[in-house]
Amino acid sequence: MASDYLPLLILILLAAGFGVIAIGLPTLLGPRERNNQKLEPYESGIIPFSDARRRFPVKYYLVAMLFLIFDIEVIFLYPWAAVLRDLRLFALVAMIPFFIVLVVGFLYEWKKGALDWD
Amino acid sequence: MDWLQLLVFPAIRALILIFVLLTGFAYLTWYERKLLARFQVRYGPNRAGKFGLLQPAADAVKAFFKEEIIPNHVDKPVYLLAPALALVPALIIWAVIPIAKGTPAIADVNIGFLWILAVAGIESYGIILAGWSSNNNYSLLGALRSSAQMVSYELPLGLFLVSILMLAGSFSLVDLVEGSRQWWEWIWLWLAFPFFFICILAETNRSPFDLPETENELVAGFQTEYGGMKFALFFIAEYVNMISTSAIMATLFFGGWKGPFAEQYIWLGPVYLLIKVLILLFLFIWVRASIGRPRYDQLMKFCWQFMLPLGLVYVSISAVLAVFLK
Repeated sequence: MASDYLPLLILILLAAGFGVIAIGLPTLLGPRERNNQKLEPYESGIIPFSDARRRFPVKYYLVAMLFLIFDIEVIFLYPWAAVLRDLRLFALVAMIPFFIVLVVGFLYEWKKGALDWD
Repeated sequence: MDWLQLLVFPAIRALILIFVLLTGFAYLTWYERKLLARFQVRYGPNRAGKFGLLQPAADAVKAFFKEEIIPNHVDKPVYLLAPALALVPALIIWAVIPIAKGTPAIADVNIGFLWILAVAGIESYGIILAGWSSNNNYSLLGALRSSAQMVSYELPLGLFLVSILMLAGSFSLVDLVEGSRQWWEWIWLWLAFPFFFICILAETNRSPFDLPETENELVAGFQTEYGGMKFALFFIAEYVNMISTSAIMATLFFGGWKGPFAEQYIWLGPVYLLIKVLILLFLFIWVRASIGRPRYDQLMKFCWQFMLPLGLVYVSISAVLAVFLK
């Protein structure tokens, strides 16, 4: 039933409403004494010498890729897990090839060193 | 009457939930400061009100009357959106958690597990966008760390959730709590609890896995450029997440609202849930007071080379147990 989900939508809207109020209200309540020093990036007291739009280590990108692969595999397990108790042995046997492929891929990544941070 | 049933009652329920969670957040800060103080043989807050009980109110007033500063170099729309995006998932994840017999907090939808997984997935966006839009080197590093850490620990977390789902056989958390479990099932679940809890610590960026905001290297990580109420929103999000994840763990591993006489007296349900949540929150704070922070490479290695294989083994054994013993 779609109407079952209406309360969830209402909750999301109200939570977002609280967020908007909490961000907007202090602009009305708080003091306003601006100067240029306040509006500079925080660099522990030294004068900023570069902004943050620059290259960062590719390792984070690798983690994202590995995450995508494994997360999709985990998501495949959900519908299977939901019917496992009805289909019993059939479902269990049917999952074995998938699981072997998953584990072999995982071991390959491990041996290749993709799971080491350094 | 239809619109009353459809819109007004759920809205009132949602407002009560948000109010309870925000009050819970306020007193969780008090609880944490008091406990940390006790762990370090101090008194903690004790000036505002009896036992410092009015301290959270004083903090809230202070946050609202702070000057709003939007630095020149930030990406303004994203910078303003990020705190709200961090807060909303923390508040809405509660919707499917049962608080008494047959009563979930907001809606009894049959996708409880998926709701938790989906909302937990959105949670990382607030932090990543905050760090990126701040255009500050500390913020960027904090956001990168946090994104890599949160997605990595989501995998073992998902594997443990699948195992629980297999044994329960239903996506609904209401059914999960009310369905009966055999004794070996409880023992098998509790074996997984310490590892699940470690994943939760990493997901909520709590100490000892608070590497996205390590004070001594990254100032405040992704929230360096935030102040006043916008900073408070990240703070609220982190603490409400602690409450929410504690309630989820209580529901999955410790029977949620169940306890002696909770079936007859329906009001006992929320009381038992609250007691379980308070005990789990104590665990969060205890860990923070006792354990030092690991290095970042150790954190990632632990996830990919220990937690993930462990999760795979746990899933396979759970599947066999679910087929042959249930």
